[in-house]
Amino acid sequence: MLEIEGLTRRFGAKTAVDAVSLSVPAGQMVGVIGRSGAGKSTMLRMLNRLTDPTEGRIVFDGTDVTALRGRALRDWRMRCAMVFQQFNLVQRLDVLTNVLVGRLNRRPMLSSLLRMFTAEERAMALAALDRFDLAETALQRADTLSGGQQQRVAIARALLQEPSIILADEPIASLDPRNSRIVMEALRGVNREGITVLVNLHDLATARDYCDRIVALNAGRLVFDGPPDDLTAIRIREIYGVSEEEFAAQAAEAVGATPRLAAAVA
Amino acid sequence: MSAAYATGLPAVIRGEEAYQAARRQKRIQALLGCAVLFACLLAAAWVSEAYPATLWAGLPRIGEYFVRITPDLRWATLFAGSETEGSIAFWMYRLPEWSLLILETANMAAVATLMGSAVALLLAFPAARNITPSPLAFHLARRTLEAMRTIPEIVYALIFVWAFGIGPLAGILAIALHSAGANGKLFAEAIENADLKAWEGVQSAGGSWMHGCRYAVLPQVLPNIISYLLLRFEVNIRSASVIGFVGAGGVGEELYKVISFNYYEEISAIVVLVIITVSMVDLLSERLRHAAIGRLEGTR
Repeated sequence: MLEIEGLTRRFGAKTAVDAVSLSVPAGQMVGVIGRSGAGKSTMLRMLNRLTDPTEGRIVFDGTDVTALRGRALRDWRMRCAMVFQQFNLVQRLDVLTNVLVGRLNRRPMLSSLLRMFTAEERAMALAALDRFDLAETALQRADTLSGGQQQRVAIARALLQEPSIILADEPIASLDPRNSRIVMEALRGVNREGITVLVNLHDLATARDYCDRIVALNAGRLVFDGPPDDLTAIRIREIYGVSEEEFAAQAAEAVGATPRLAAAVA
Repeated sequence: MSAAYATGLPAVIRGEEAYQAARRQKRIQALLGCAVLFACLLAAAWVSEAYPATLWAGLPRIGEYFVRITPDLRWATLFAGSETEGSIAFWMYRLPEWSLLILETANMAAVATLMGSAVALLLAFPAARNITPSPLAFHLARRTLEAMRTIPEIVYALIFVWAFGIGPLAGILAIALHSAGANGKLFAEAIENADLKAWEGVQSAGGSWMHGCRYAVLPQVLPNIISYLLLRFEVNIRSASVIGFVGAGGVGEELYKVISFNYYEEISAIVVLVIITVSMVDLLSERLRHAAIGRLEGTR
C-alpha cells in the first residue's frame, strides 16, 4: 500500500504539485493524466525521491519514505523502479550490462565496479530480455537499438530490480503507435504479476485501455480520481474546460508526441 | 553457466554462450595487452636507466633540498619588518619586483593562450575526422598541429630570442605556438565526439561546410573548448615562469638566477608566489567557466 499525504513541491514561486493525497493498494495499475506543467512528472519523481518534496509525506507499507537517506534511500529506489520517457539507458554500454544496472544495489561495491555479476543474475537479465524478444541483442550497444527496443530494455532493467512498484514517466510519448502498444502491454503484463504500476500518460485513450484507475492532475492539484469509465467526455470538459480532442492535442504537444485521438479524427 | 541452462529457455542459453565467448575473447585481449605494456615498460626503464636503486638512493636528497629551501620563519617575529630575520617580510624582501615579474608572467600566459587557442580553433575543424572536408586537409591540419606541439617551448623560445631579442615577445610566441598544437588536438577530439544530427540538419538546408562548423558543431563543443582553454591558461602560467630561463621574459630569469646561485630561501619565496598565482587563476577560471557555460545554456 502506497500512501501519499499532502504531497507538495514548489520551485521558487511556482507550485508544481499542490497538496496531493492518494492511496494506491498493491497491484493496481494507475494512469496519471494531465496537461503540460500539471505536475505529473514531479509527482512521480518525488515518489522515487529523485526530487524532494517541499511538504507532505510518502508512506509505503508503514515506512515513511520521505525521511529515508543513504543506504535506506537507495534500497527504496530499488523497490520503486523508474521508466523514463527518454529511456535513460547508458548508450555506450551493451544491452545486457544496461539491464544488469538493475542489480547494482544488491552487489558488493568492488565487484559491481568491475562489472562482475553472477551467472544467476545474467540468466535473469537474459530471461527478462527474452521476454521482450530482445535476447539476441544482449551484446549490442544500447544506441544500436530503436526507441521501442530501448524502452523495453529499460523495462527489463526495472524488472531486474525486483521492484514492488514501477513508476513510468511518459514511457510511450517518444514511440510510434505500434511500439507504444508493445510497451504498454509489457507494463500491463508486469502489473498482472503483482507489481503496482503508476504511469504518466498524455493520452486519455491509452489510459482508459490499460489502467484500473485514473488520476487527473491540473496545475498540481488532484482533480479526478476514479475508474476509467467515470472519466467521460463530460467530466473532462468539467475538469479542464476543453473538449477531449483539445485536451489530447495539448497534452501530446507538451511531450512532443503525435496525439492519437486528434490523428484519428484527422 | 548452469543458471542459464536451468531456465531451459533457448534464447537465454544462446545469450549466455555468446556472453561467455565474448568475455573469453576480451580476457585474452586484455592479457595480451597487459603483457605488451609490461614489456614496453621494462624496456623503457632499462633504456632510460630508471633503475629502482637510483630512485631509492636519490629520494632522501629531494627531501634535503626541500629542507634547504624552507624559509627560516620564527613565530615571535613573523609579522616584523623586512629588516628582522625570521619574518615573512624578510623572506619576501623583494616582493614588489617579484610581483611585477609574476604579473608579466601571467600576462604572457594569457596572451599566448588566446593567440594559440585561436589558431587551434581554426585548425581543429579540418583536423576532426568526422567533419574534415578532405583527407588532404585532415592530414595537413593534424601534422601541422603535431609539429607545433612536439617541439618543446624552450626550443621555440631560443629561436625567437635569437630573432626578436630578449624579452616577453619571444616567450609569448613560443608558448602560443605550443598551445595551438596542444589545444588543436583536444579541440579536434571534442569535435569528433559531437553528435552529427545537427550537422546533417544544416547541410540539408543548403549550408556550407563553414556554416556547419559554425552552427552545428561550435555550439555543441563550446563548453568543452572553454574548459580546455582555461586549463591551458593554467599550464601556460607554469610554462611562462620557466621560459625566462632562456631570456624570454617573465619571472623565469629571476628563478634561474636564484637557483644557480643557491639562494635557497628566495627559491621557495618565488615558488610560493607562483603557486598562489596559479591557485588564484584556478579560482577565477572556475568562475569564468561556470559563467560562460551558464550563459551558453541560457541563450539556447
